[in-house]
Amino acid sequence: MTRNIIIVGATSGIAQAVARRYAQKGARLFLVAKDPVKVQAVAADLRARGASAVEVFVMDMNDTSRLTAMLQSASQALGRMDLALVAHGTLPDAERARMDVGYLVQQFRTNAESVIACLASLAEHFQTQGSGVLAVIGSVAGDRGRATNYAYGAAKAAVHAFASGLRAQLFRHGVHVVTIKPGFVATQMTAQLDLPSALTAQPDTVAARIEWAIEARRNVVYTPGFWWLIMAVIRVIPETLFKRLKL
Amino acid sequence: MTVEMLGSWGRYPDFPQQRHPVHWREDVPHVLAGMPPGLPVLAYGCGRSYGDSCFAVSDHVLAMAGMDRLVSADWASGLIVAEAGLALAELIHIALPRGWFPCVTPGTKFVTLGGAVANDVHGKNHHVVGTFGRQVRGLTLYRTAEGPVTASPAQNPELFAATVGGLGLTGIILTVELQLRRVLSSDMEQCCVRFDSLDEFFDLSSAHDRNFEYTVAWIDCMAEGRNSGRGLYVGGRHAERGELRVEPPNSLRFPVDPRVSLVNGFTTRAFNALYYRRQLRKKVSRRVRYGSFFYPLDHVSSWNRIYGRAGFQQYQCVVPQSGGREIIRRVLAEIARSGTGSFLAVLKQCGALPSPGLMSFPLHGVSLALDFPQRADVNRSLFANLDALVHGAGGRLYPAKDAHMSAAHFKIAYPAWERVEALRDPRLMSRFWQRVTQ
Repeated sequence: MTRNIIIVGATSGIAQAVARRYAQKGARLFLVAKDPVKVQAVAADLRARGASAVEVFVMDMNDTSRLTAMLQSASQALGRMDLALVAHGTLPDAERARMDVGYLVQQFRTNAESVIACLASLAEHFQTQGSGVLAVIGSVAGDRGRATNYAYGAAKAAVHAFASGLRAQLFRHGVHVVTIKPGFVATQMTAQLDLPSALTAQPDTVAARIEWAIEARRNVVYTPGFWWLIMAVIRVIPETLFKRLKL
Repeated sequence: MTVEMLGSWGRYPDFPQQRHPVHWREDVPHVLAGMPPGLPVLAYGCGRSYGDSCFAVSDHVLAMAGMDRLVSADWASGLIVAEAGLALAELIHIALPRGWFPCVTPGTKFVTLGGAVANDVHGKNHHVVGTFGRQVRGLTLYRTAEGPVTASPAQNPELFAATVGGLGLTGIILTVELQLRRVLSSDMEQCCVRFDSLDEFFDLSSAHDRNFEYTVAWIDCMAEGRNSGRGLYVGGRHAERGELRVEPPNSLRFPVDPRVSLVNGFTTRAFNALYYRRQLRKKVSRRVRYGSFFYPLDHVSSWNRIYGRAGFQQYQCVVPQSGGREIIRRVLAEIARSGTGSFLAVLKQCGALPSPGLMSFPLHGVSLALDFPQRADVNRSLFANLDALVHGAGGRLYPAKDAHMSAAHFKIAYPAWERVEALRDPRLMSRFWQRVTQ
């Protein structure tokens, strides 16, 4: 039974949808996010939906020096943690990332470094605990660098590789790691993009699968599931051909 | 690539709207600032308005459905505060397991709270509880000149009255404070009675409306002569015991956009005749789930596509009680004579409880709603004849469903429109409002 949950990047669309599902079941939630006003709005929503307790912690995940304080605060609020969901991130402007190295590096820090740092801190805590699930939001974009969004894809690939190693390392300690690879999801992050409507999932659809993956202790899940097939095809296209595609 | 555009439920008129998504209350001014300057915009919810009342003059709308959080909920008293983008479907999902249900719900659960307020929607229990707005305890709005403003029957009462049924023109609705009602079961006790004439409907209605919280009737608008006015009268009430179970989301979807409407004289006649014969006995009482009682059409998503790419128009009118029976008879005769018709013609006795909104649609009288495939020439002449009957009797049309009402008729039917106009946020203007006020 997943009762005590820490959610990092709690104002993201996918994180909110997952949190709502657990709130409805009476979970205790510890929310970490950058924007103090938005995270309070999310906390109020989750309380009204039935969460037995919700606490918030405001921090910019790029400021890794605050991770220790975050974890201390979380374990005070939750005690034993059943689940950590790491969901923060940005969708870099691919065009700008191509022209502006400073921007590219800063985006990579947010989407790769800060996620890895957060996972590492959580891993230490969970290993001591000897139980629990660490879930991290990757992306189908991390499966192969594509011309249209490789800045984002590279960061997510780093997260995938780190999570895969962490899974093997924590396995012996009774801690499970789930890598979640969403496809197109209709959230605030993608609101400005023109996504093909047939391939775009609603946040709650994605959240339902994430909840299932957590409870079933899956290793790597695509959500919606059909992305597994799409990415399997994309991964096997030979590089000679792939570099000619506008994907 | 082109960004997916938003439309209205009737798909007529066709003015694709560019969406500007809003996910947070405090983002409203930023989103507004990013929209074309100087051009009037509008908030857009689930897009269940049928005509042009959900279209901005600029064709740029704030897409509100992503702003869907509860702000607070007192599950002991059933009083909630929620963001305006929360849909009734989601509210029911949260509230029903706790034994609460909206006091008033329209025939679809895919409407946002903001949309329900802006159109002051009503339901099958109008004769008992009145419109949606009567259960609204307060609102917050974002007005471009003033910022966030609170309105309730006690605070800024004129703004509250102008906003309830105010078609989203008085400001961007941010939150809605709403009283829910207790239910002991998610099921409904339904009683369905076949009637053979309009007179019989009115007799049933006056005999049974007091026994059922929810009543509505379907009539066969294609039937002429001896069969004219036949239909089914449905009464319902919340079951007193049973489970509180939320129904899973619908799985059926109307999958294609037919080139021409699949609704035509033949299919409509056949459907209506079959529907009438759905029950052979005079009266059938049974227990049904809340979804099939309140939201039968929600079971097939995108059912509006059945009318093809040209879309359809709904004609919904309400006529005052005195003389209403005769007017409805003449309206139905006019429709039957036109040979065009509707799958479901819905007849409802509305009650006398006053609406809090200045421009709320229901009157104490009889409401009739029908869908017609969009055919410009046929609809124009038919609607002109119907309008003459409705307005001659002191009745009116429903802005949420409308795509044809004339400015002259609107101004007579909604005499308080100028008070709404006086409080309209100058940044907001719908195509409907432009059509009927200018």
